[in-house]
Amino acid sequence: MTTYRPADVAELQEIVRAHEHVVVRGRGTKPALVPPADGAAVVETTALTGVLEYEPQEYTFTARAGTPVAEVQRMLAEHGQYLPFDPPFANAGATLGGTVAAGLSGPMRYRYGGVRDFILGVRFVDGEGHLVRGGGKVVKNAAGFDLPKLMVGSAGRLGVLVEVTFKVFPRPRAYASCCAPFATLDACLQTLFDVWRRPLDLEAVDLEPTERGMTLWARIGGLEQALPPRLERLRHLLGEANVEVWQGAEEEARWEEAREFRWAPEGWTLVKVPLTPKRIPAVEERLAAVENSRRYSVGGNVLWLATPASPASLDALLRELGLAGVVIRGAAEAPFIGSRKGLNFARRVKSALDPQARFPEV
Amino acid sequence: MSADALLAALAQLYPPDRLLLHRAQLLPYESDALTAFRARPLAVVLPERAEEVIETVRLCAREGVPFVARGSGTSLSGGSLPVEGGIVIAMNRLNRILRLDPDERIAVVEPGVVNLAVSQAAAPYGLYYAPDPSSQPICTIGGNVAFNSGGAHCLKYGMTSNHVLGLKAVLADGEVVELGGESLEHVGPDLVGLFVGHEGLFGVVLEVTLRLLPKVEAYRTVLAAYTSLEAAGNAVGMVVAAGLLPGAMEIMDRLAIEAAEAAVQAGYPRDAAAVLIVELEGEEPQVTAEFELLMEVIERSGAYEVRVAQTEDERVRIWKGRKGAFSAVGRLSPDYVVQDGVVPRARLGEALAEIERLSREYSLRVANVFHAGDGNLHPLILYDGREPGALERAEELAGEILEMCIRLGGSITGEHGVGMEKRRFLADMFSEADLETMRRIRRAMDPHELANRGKMFP
Repeated sequence: MTTYRPADVAELQEIVRAHEHVVVRGRGTKPALVPPADGAAVVETTALTGVLEYEPQEYTFTARAGTPVAEVQRMLAEHGQYLPFDPPFANAGATLGGTVAAGLSGPMRYRYGGVRDFILGVRFVDGEGHLVRGGGKVVKNAAGFDLPKLMVGSAGRLGVLVEVTFKVFPRPRAYASCCAPFATLDACLQTLFDVWRRPLDLEAVDLEPTERGMTLWARIGGLEQALPPRLERLRHLLGEANVEVWQGAEEEARWEEAREFRWAPEGWTLVKVPLTPKRIPAVEERLAAVENSRRYSVGGNVLWLATPASPASLDALLRELGLAGVVIRGAAEAPFIGSRKGLNFARRVKSALDPQARFPEV
Repeated sequence: MSADALLAALAQLYPPDRLLLHRAQLLPYESDALTAFRARPLAVVLPERAEEVIETVRLCAREGVPFVARGSGTSLSGGSLPVEGGIVIAMNRLNRILRLDPDERIAVVEPGVVNLAVSQAAAPYGLYYAPDPSSQPICTIGGNVAFNSGGAHCLKYGMTSNHVLGLKAVLADGEVVELGGESLEHVGPDLVGLFVGHEGLFGVVLEVTLRLLPKVEAYRTVLAAYTSLEAAGNAVGMVVAAGLLPGAMEIMDRLAIEAAEAAVQAGYPRDAAAVLIVELEGEEPQVTAEFELLMEVIERSGAYEVRVAQTEDERVRIWKGRKGAFSAVGRLSPDYVVQDGVVPRARLGEALAEIERLSREYSLRVANVFHAGDGNLHPLILYDGREPGALERAEELAGEILEMCIRLGGSITGEHGVGMEKRRFLADMFSEADLETMRRIRRAMDPHELANRGKMFP
């Protein structure tokens, strides 16, 4: 196994063409996505870095795929902007390309959408070594197939990302959160549905299992002067009596902990499982017998599950529940587990982009 | 390919009133909203169930006959133009909303459901479907999905693809696939993301799972009049620089204002060189605070008249003028071409000056209506089709505008798609290698290029 760190696109193209099997990694924050590489060339994107274009007024930027997310966030913050899909593992060193390839978004994705909703353009090297461009650099574009979205979650199975263009937004100037404990899951879900259907511009809604039930976290953001009445209304909706209000650095730290997965014990397998809130009761029942630490994010649209159980046993568990998952950390032979939809369609796409199967199975 | 064998098989599948074969029956299907193109199909079928669509596609695949799925035929890029001698699958009768779950904020619909009907069905639950192309009272979800339609709220809310969670489709070779699901999140490559905007080249969508949003609590809609188009364009930049994220920012120029006034009496200032419509939306306290900020910006921007919608009626009236502008231009000119291109927002002023110059050079009037918030231009090129060569001149001018969009770093289409109209420009925007990759993906879904043959690719 040889590791390469190409300094430019041409070098990367040559490496891809010269090897029968190629796996891609960024800075290793989501190691389970890079399968054990017997005899495969490992391509590290960490030398393909740097922001190429940033026009704050356009709400867009273009950067090389190996650029650390945190670097981009600092640049955007200087202009009061941010990545609204709230990329996880930014503080751990995640790259833009890795975030796209893993298809991961953080809790604040609740407000405006995930990484798929903010990616505008890509350049990638496909399995034949061709450099391919898709999408564009403007916030609205309908020309050609939407290859940027296709690359979201593709985990190095369809190509090696070399450049990405994103839409960004002005960052809310202030935040506040409410945290409401519920004795039963049912009561928590009823409140979740209520909150979810109301015209509230919430930044995030997460559910955190506790020993005594389920805690609902809701975050609002916006202009400082508008926060107090909004916070008051949210508190009222959540049932007032037991609601804690969080603001300032402590509040920020709680969300950072969620997005950086500090709650997931080191060495445990970490899996992302998309679902809908109505599936939560069945999942909770099934997980009662499994040692785990977990969090439901994006209003109950994703379960983050950390467990010492093996990915193979998780695969079976998810199949039972009719859910799909992707292993982010842990010793997985293949990161995609559970019952997936559209596999034949994915294989058709793969046959077009990587006909010789240089990259791992999709 | 055997047309006779196909027609015989279709006659088994459809009763005579749902298999159109006669010239007079086929005529309405010969073109879509881009009337400059016409083609006569072999037959039009009117399926009522997904199984009939699947069977039709399989028969076409077996006999090697191309087919085009068509909704309400509102495509402005010729996307639903028939293939000469092919089959048109008219999807309008697959118009059931199969499921609407307010708790999970999703609607599962058939592709022939009209865009606005989704919001109407969701309204009793306080929800709506966000993408709002100007044709939303008639265009169908299937067409929206095929062309990744936009609307006036794309900067903040995205396009159709940002609101489709899952879909079921029959690929051109007859395989039925289910992609995505009901969750906002997914694992593996974003296949739904790839499918939306396929322009009918992969197959036919049978079922779509849409994301619904809670209805907006409060709006502040401001109409500002300027003595120059440039000043209106600059005001957009100032709004953005202030850190505001309005739901919509729209500009109309003098000619578009004149047309809108003649058609719907929206009450726009008739002497303005340009009007800017800015709409803030969100929670009441937030919108109130943003409104103060916005008014400061608008005052600094040199607007000579500012109107704020005080009631929902006034707001609706402002939007009526904007949304009716396309058809209203019909009052100013016997014929017109609607163009759709995108430029970086900061270069809007430059783009508009260039359009003005081209308008003079070609001696053709151009009305400008555009989604300023996302740099999406919609020049309406006015011409008289009775004049020999006028259409060709209008198309040439439209082409120059697209080339300018590419030159300025934008796109040849923001929301209408490539379709028939913009095929030759796709090669200006993408390299041969990029296009070859897209062709390979297309052939992976449709090896014989039967689905909407002849569209999108140069």
